[in-house]
Amino acid sequence: MANAATETLEVVLEARSITKIFPGVIANENVNLKLNKGEILALLGENGAGKTTLMNILYGLYHQDSGEIYVHGQPVRIKSPSDSIAMGIGMVHQHFQLVPVMTVAENIALGNERMRRGRLDLASVRQRILELSKRYGLDVDPDAYVKDLSVGQQQRVEIIKALYKNASILILDEPTAVLTPQEADELFVVLRELKQQGTSIIFITHKLREVFAVADRIMVLRRGKVVGETTPDQATRESLAEMMVGRAVILQVEKQTREPGAPVLVVEELTVDDDRGHQVVNGVSFAVCAGEVLGIAGVQGNGQSELVEALTGLRAVKGGRVSVLGNNLSGALPRRIFEAEVGHVPEDRQEHGLVLSYSVADNLVLNRYYQPPFAKGIVLNQEHILENAEKRIKEYDIRTPGPEVPVATLSGGNKQKVIIARELSRPLKLLIAAQPTRGVDVGSIEFIHQQIINERDSGTAVLLVSAELDEIMALSDRIAVMYKGKIVAVLPAASATREQLGLLMAGSDAPLIEPAGVKHEHLAPGETH
Amino acid sequence: MTKRREIADGMKTRIAPLLASVQARLGPLAGMLRPILVPFLAVVSALMIGAIVIAISGRNPLLAYAGLIDGSWGSGRAIAGTLVRMTPYVFGGLAVALAFRAGLFNIGGEGQLLLGTLAGAWVGYQLALPAVIHLPLALLAGVLAGFIWGGIPGFLKSRTGAHEVITTIMLNYLAIGLAGWLLNDNRLMKDPSPTNVIARTPLIAESAHLPALIPGQDAYPSASAAPEIVHWGVVLAVLATIAASFFLWRTVWGFEVRTVGANPSAGRYAGINVPRVITLIMGVSGALAGLGGAIQVTAVNYRAILGFNVGYGFDAIAIALLGKNNPFGVLLAALLFASLRSGSTRMQSLSGVNADIIAVIQALILIFVAADQLVRWLYRIRARGLEERTTLTRGWGR
Repeated sequence: MANAATETLEVVLEARSITKIFPGVIANENVNLKLNKGEILALLGENGAGKTTLMNILYGLYHQDSGEIYVHGQPVRIKSPSDSIAMGIGMVHQHFQLVPVMTVAENIALGNERMRRGRLDLASVRQRILELSKRYGLDVDPDAYVKDLSVGQQQRVEIIKALYKNASILILDEPTAVLTPQEADELFVVLRELKQQGTSIIFITHKLREVFAVADRIMVLRRGKVVGETTPDQATRESLAEMMVGRAVILQVEKQTREPGAPVLVVEELTVDDDRGHQVVNGVSFAVCAGEVLGIAGVQGNGQSELVEALTGLRAVKGGRVSVLGNNLSGALPRRIFEAEVGHVPEDRQEHGLVLSYSVADNLVLNRYYQPPFAKGIVLNQEHILENAEKRIKEYDIRTPGPEVPVATLSGGNKQKVIIARELSRPLKLLIAAQPTRGVDVGSIEFIHQQIINERDSGTAVLLVSAELDEIMALSDRIAVMYKGKIVAVLPAASATREQLGLLMAGSDAPLIEPAGVKHEHLAPGETH
Repeated sequence: MTKRREIADGMKTRIAPLLASVQARLGPLAGMLRPILVPFLAVVSALMIGAIVIAISGRNPLLAYAGLIDGSWGSGRAIAGTLVRMTPYVFGGLAVALAFRAGLFNIGGEGQLLLGTLAGAWVGYQLALPAVIHLPLALLAGVLAGFIWGGIPGFLKSRTGAHEVITTIMLNYLAIGLAGWLLNDNRLMKDPSPTNVIARTPLIAESAHLPALIPGQDAYPSASAAPEIVHWGVVLAVLATIAASFFLWRTVWGFEVRTVGANPSAGRYAGINVPRVITLIMGVSGALAGLGGAIQVTAVNYRAILGFNVGYGFDAIAIALLGKNNPFGVLLAALLFASLRSGSTRMQSLSGVNADIIAVIQALILIFVAADQLVRWLYRIRARGLEERTTLTRGWGR
């Protein structure tokens, strides 16, 4: 500790040998972390590596089983978020904690309301917000309603909220998950500005690109332990991926070009409402051909989720037509679509894809339980269900203690593999995969991507919806960009660039748009729609 | 104060390792016993508090409990009484448990059972048929009436999102009102015999009687007090338990019911017609309660009487909870509740403790089961892994 180099750095936050054990899992094991004043520390790790647990301990949401925390050199006990806030620690959660129908100023005042002559004093709050946004280059209108703000702007409100409470240490949990590449770049500018002015930042991510863009120092967690510390100068994408996973990882998906076949899924002028009755898919038309992957890129919340739900029968079709191999499936029930050999990897695996309390074996037949050989008449055949499970567990490398374990006990990646195994282990004409690798570890991503490409190569039409641009670019043959419920462009994947897609996702009219009506080109000559 | 706490702590620290060692010794059996550990401790705790209450009231708790056991299990006659009382509890408990498995809270067992008695009695006294047809028809009438009375809230839930807790409670009142109207008017269902002043139906035909499994008259020839007979309904209750268990875990329908209960969104994704499952399982739940009612009529009362068979539908909720919505658990819980009820008279006569203490004990059991964290905390049991959580009830809407 006495060496000269460390003395010049002021350690603002230190965690020493933090251990946190949940029933059956060691979430953090002897984790040491040091954050210097005015630095951006990237905390890198797969899902389930213990990043969020560690941050929740620092923020006071959990309490460590052993280990100490020091803030500005003083040992502290953080019992609740109000303790950590008092110590100058602020956290920006992945899911924003904002009230949509209130203004920015009201949201920021929330919980720290000041009264003046018996009335809420918002004027001073507005004043502080303007000061803070000027000082850090965080452009936010204090009088705007949160519901009218873009996701990137809402995130800025969250950051200002933390700064308003005098946070000098900021923890950002996967802040770029909901942003376009451009918005992410803007966030990085803000983070650098904050850093310049002495704020210390912990930035949680699993995206390698971002680490290089913004971090001063990188700490990698794997299975609850710190497995490495490095800097962007010394690390490479490959070396970081290897640290995260524990073995060498192929980051590029190997994919041969392939001539697409006849159209399988044809969508014409589809309109869909969301839960509140607002039309969020506004007349979308496209076709996916056999043996091709059509990727739908877009920032979350531009109608992709509703589009997928309408295509798979989970949401009503308001207008337009959906057909699979000429079979009209507009508004069909999920079972009919399933029986038309359409596989569906749902966006939210906890909500739709799995029954968490069910065993792995039962989840592997979740939509096929009524068909032979899993059922004979109305009686379930447990033997076949188990036999099927054992086969799939091997084939798809599902890491589970056994087929009869509740699926809830599996890691995110393995849960997703259960769904992939269930959907891909039957003959398919069309695969609809929504966010197939969300919250999945790098090792499983590699595997799942390969499975999707194999499915394409076997002649299945694949519709891929993902918020991860890297994933879209790696897997797709063609890329459709969705913005505000419309497909604003369809581009060949080979020539599309990140920048171009990013601009389209943000709704700006790039000059290179292939017209949205491009679907007609892809209708095979014999098609008569 | 401190001393009491010391004793309490001492008890806890002693009980926990004891339980652990028992578990360790039982080995693989412990895995099977684990799910019944909390209900078992809930019952033990309730009985202990009940003992304290009895002691405070100046009676001897040991004598009271000895009377309870003697009155429910001390003689053939006592056992017969317990088994007969168990029967409607089993049907009611299964009804609630099946609905629970689909994530639905059927509070309407009371009304469904009542309609079952009315329908069973009507077929019983109105028709003249050979026994092979008449008895099944009377039971079937109970099943059908219960199915309709349970199916209505299911249908309303799946179509409009009306919460089944509200609609089943409402239908209970409707059923009670309906019974009062039908049984008080001799142009309708009231026993028209000129001497009758009671709100009840005529006696059902003998061809609609559910026969005795162990005839009471033979076993107890000195029929001074009404001898208890064990009727075939007891067997039907056990069969229903086995059938419910098979239905839940071995059939396609059971898979659908459990999926809808565990995760309705995943059910929709899996192609299950969730509204239909909700309607039908509520109907089946009501049908079980209705069958329980029809059995009471055809085997015990031989007529429907206003104000008889009251409270089974509500006790059934406690039984389903105590049985953790497992059909065999329900059977055990029903047996326990029946024992408490049938032993209470003997307890009162032996120890002078008012039989109402049973209601207190039942309520305590319910509290301990519903707030199982309390039991876990009292006995220092760690929740291990992910146990199947029971969805008591969901929010409003679909």
